[in-house]
Amino acid sequence: MNRITIDPITRLEGHGKIEIFLDEQGEVANAYLQIPELRGFEQFVVGRPVEEMPQITNRICGVCPEAHHMAAAKAIDAVYSVTPPPTARKLRELLYSAFYVTDHTTHFFALGGPDFIMGPDAPVAERNILGVIHKVGLEIGKQVIQARKYGHRVIKIIGGRKIHPATAIPGGMTKCLSEEERQEIETMGRWAVDFAQFALGLFDEVVLGNPEYRDLILSDIYTHRTYYIGLVDAENRVNFYDGMVSVVSPEGERIGKYAPDEYREWIAERVEPWTYLKFPYLKKIGWKGFVDGADSGVYCATPLSRLNASDGMATPLAQEQYERFFETLGGKPVHHRLATHWARLIELLYAAERWVELATDPEITSPKVHTVPTATPSEGVGIVEAPRGTLTHHYWTDERGIVTKANLIVGTTNNYAPISMSITKAARAFIRAGEVVTEGLLNRIEMAFRLYDPCMSCATHSLPGQMPLEVVIRDARGEPVEKLRQFC
Amino acid sequence: MSKPKFSMYWGASCGGCDIAVLNIHEKILEVDETFEIVLWPVAVDAKYADVEALPDGDITLTLFNGGIRNEENEHMARLLRRKSQILVAFGSCASEGCVPALANLYPRERLFETVYAGPTTENPEGRRPLERAAVPEGELHLPKFYPTLRTLDEVVEVDYIIPGCPPESHQIAAVLDVVFAALRGEAELPPKGSVLGAGISTVCEECPRKRDVKKIRAFRRIQDGPADPEICLLEQGILCAGPATRDGCGALCPLAGAACIGCYGPSEGVVDYGARLMSAVASVIDSRDPEEIERILDGIPDPAGAFYRFNLAGSLLRRGR
Amino acid sequence: MTFEPVLIGFTCNWCSYRAADLAGTSRTKYPPNIRLVRLMCSGRLDPTFVLKALAEGADGVLITGCHPGECHYLEQNYKALRRYHLLRRTLQSLGIEAERVKLVWASASEGLQLAEAIRQFTEEIRALGPLRWNARPELRSEDAPLEAVP
Ligand code: SF4
Ligand code: SF4
Ligand code: SF4
Ligand code: FES
Repeated sequence: MNRITIDPITRLEGHGKIEIFLDEQGEVANAYLQIPELRGFEQFVVGRPVEEMPQITNRICGVCPEAHHMAAAKAIDAVYSVTPPPTARKLRELLYSAFYVTDHTTHFFALGGPDFIMGPDAPVAERNILGVIHKVGLEIGKQVIQARKYGHRVIKIIGGRKIHPATAIPGGMTKCLSEEERQEIETMGRWAVDFAQFALGLFDEVVLGNPEYRDLILSDIYTHRTYYIGLVDAENRVNFYDGMVSVVSPEGERIGKYAPDEYREWIAERVEPWTYLKFPYLKKIGWKGFVDGADSGVYCATPLSRLNASDGMATPLAQEQYERFFETLGGKPVHHRLATHWARLIELLYAAERWVELATDPEITSPKVHTVPTATPSEGVGIVEAPRGTLTHHYWTDERGIVTKANLIVGTTNNYAPISMSITKAARAFIRAGEVVTEGLLNRIEMAFRLYDPCMSCATHSLPGQMPLEVVIRDARGEPVEKLRQFC
Repeated sequence: MSKPKFSMYWGASCGGCDIAVLNIHEKILEVDETFEIVLWPVAVDAKYADVEALPDGDITLTLFNGGIRNEENEHMARLLRRKSQILVAFGSCASEGCVPALANLYPRERLFETVYAGPTTENPEGRRPLERAAVPEGELHLPKFYPTLRTLDEVVEVDYIIPGCPPESHQIAAVLDVVFAALRGEAELPPKGSVLGAGISTVCEECPRKRDVKKIRAFRRIQDGPADPEICLLEQGILCAGPATRDGCGALCPLAGAACIGCYGPSEGVVDYGARLMSAVASVIDSRDPEEIERILDGIPDPAGAFYRFNLAGSLLRRGR
Repeated sequence: MTFEPVLIGFTCNWCSYRAADLAGTSRTKYPPNIRLVRLMCSGRLDPTFVLKALAEGADGVLITGCHPGECHYLEQNYKALRRYHLLRRTLQSLGIEAERVKLVWASASEGLQLAEAIRQFTEEIRALGPLRWNARPELRSEDAPLEAVP
């Protein structure tokens, strides 16, 4: 019997590791994704003035500080029961839309997408942004850089800084937008819409146009029937910044919607002694272990989940794509996890369209960007959709607005159970009777978790989007017979 | 001739420092041309085993970001110190602890208690992550979580510091230019121990807001009302860390209407960041009466956070141990 | 073993340092626990000095200056006063008893009073117990894990 460990080189290295145990027949008995990091933000925000939360919780993650900034901003509004002026709200959403464009672009072209564009069996050395540029042309590489630059430019203009923005406060923003800045943002936004459409075109051509990839998307290996959650507006359309969280069952039925301050009725978290990260699940359904189906409280919160949990997109071009998505993949909900890549591009288009809508909003340059809070602060919840899942910040304060307690349920964390399940399933598919296709195993397992765009910085505050992995294949005595390792 | 080697690694970090380096755009290509990148998890595929196999001192330049929070972080810090000629504490986490070091105000068990018995946690058995955990199929291991977060230089010797959370990309580019020039023999490296990629003065020096040495009779919080866009925030009673913080960012936050929160760390020659900021803040208070002073100070509800937000692990009293 | 507090006193050259001197020459006894450091004026007191003293083993720090209105550099002792109040709050917030730092006004002729103040402060700190910064149990869990790594 072989024992297989996908492990950092020693247990001291790397920020995530996978252990696969085989049974007597050499079949996969179980697989564990361990997260070895913890920073404890929930504890050390206690004692800090609540208005600092948008800047302190930023530091949870340098990949999506904007998401933490916004969730915190909404939570502190709630703590002070204050409604920011419409312009402040729009500025936040504008910053956030531009952020989505950079983030989804980075994932599709640099992190997850290369699996498709280069093909899942392409050599590791080619499955990266450079490989993509090589295959589809330098022009695209330049455009990807442009998309990232533009997004960061908007974040800097509205948020004051490129990484870890600084401007959201209880009741609004510290800075308004000048007409000159608005024009610049509008121009960049229009470019971003074209870019998003181009990215979708590329996906059509390279992925959907290739029967082999289509089969891969539809294959059972990458399919999980779980619950899905995602933030929706009043008409149940996808929204990243505001609304209620819609929950749909594996059958595609909406079992409820919850407002931010109701999240505790819906979400609970499980602790396992072999990892520092907790496993959220649907409280009403209950934790039944790492299993699919309507009886299991495991849910998923990703671009795919958001499409499944909503009734459409709020912008015209994205709506067209939304319809095509479900037509092509056989109706709602779509359980094929690899379709997450496609869903991400549809969201990219929505974000770009929203960027232009907001940049051309007549109110956006109004100088009124702050409402002075007057109520005594107490408690508040803020929820936004981070690119990697629903992000919940909950603070309690004393009457001076000093944090006394905090609870954070972070984007990637939502998906910890489904990611673990996807890994186990991929391992089962590619390890049979102790037979291991070594290179293929790595690629396929990587694909299984990479589609979630897991950000362990968020989850554990240590690792942005990438996970160093090593596969160690051990003989019956536990001696390693082969090692493979790479960053994915 | 083989190229000099480069590595960048993260300890307990948010990843923002890596992103800041990626944001130097074109310069990245020069890094790639000049160096052989032997380790940089966020950007390139590399193997730890290869790093371990290198002779000691074989890596010319290592940028280390993130603090030392667990056993694994420390192990990598020691390994990279051994392998590197120049080890840089990159960013606030590695050089002074940054926001995550505020955890040093609390014992480790409190952190665990809060996280693993939190409001949404269903954990009636009181489970905690274990360094060795039994599962039905065998045993799983986790790295040890230390009681405090330490800076890189509390664990190994550090050659330079690049401050900021994260360091601004143009500053990173400027430092790299110096390194490139030194490698070509056109310039000398700055003396060991220097702070690179920043100025030697304070954020106030870069800040265009007007100061007329006005004194205040009350502190106020940023949400309490509109702030004048042109006058120094501190002189409006808003706690701004500019007077103690090293310049280099271009006063980004005060320019955007927000107070400097101190991410560039202590200005040149300052032994204890908080002490310096306390002096500056005390000097704007307009009172000689102990009771009134106390009343004014009530307007600073969180002194530990206000004076050591980024600097606790680097402070005289609360450095991680 | 009984606890003997280690105290550092930062004294103004013009008043309290002389007062201390006077206390010495007039053989007024004050406890030997304190080591005096002379500053030109209490306004010179950088909070760093206090933090350093505490970090390096002092259990308490006494700051002395001329009475309000009598500072040789005019307003400087008020500056010290403001710093002192702020510093105490920060120490408290860092988990150190504010009582470990104390400000006392004493003119050059008040040797007796100063000696008494020192004696009193010594007793206060004795009652508080050692700062023993390195050993604070709430900071370190008992299974010192740092040693576990070679
Ligand atoms: S210094 Fe700031 S940007 Fe860098 S890792 Fe730490 S928190 Fe992130
Ligand atoms: S205190 Fe702040 S606002 Fe005032 S000059 Fe300095 S940096 Fe600018
Ligand atoms: S103004 Fe202060 S907090 Fe803002 S970037 Fe500069 S140093 Fe950092
Ligand atoms: S001279 Fe004594 S306090 Fe100023």
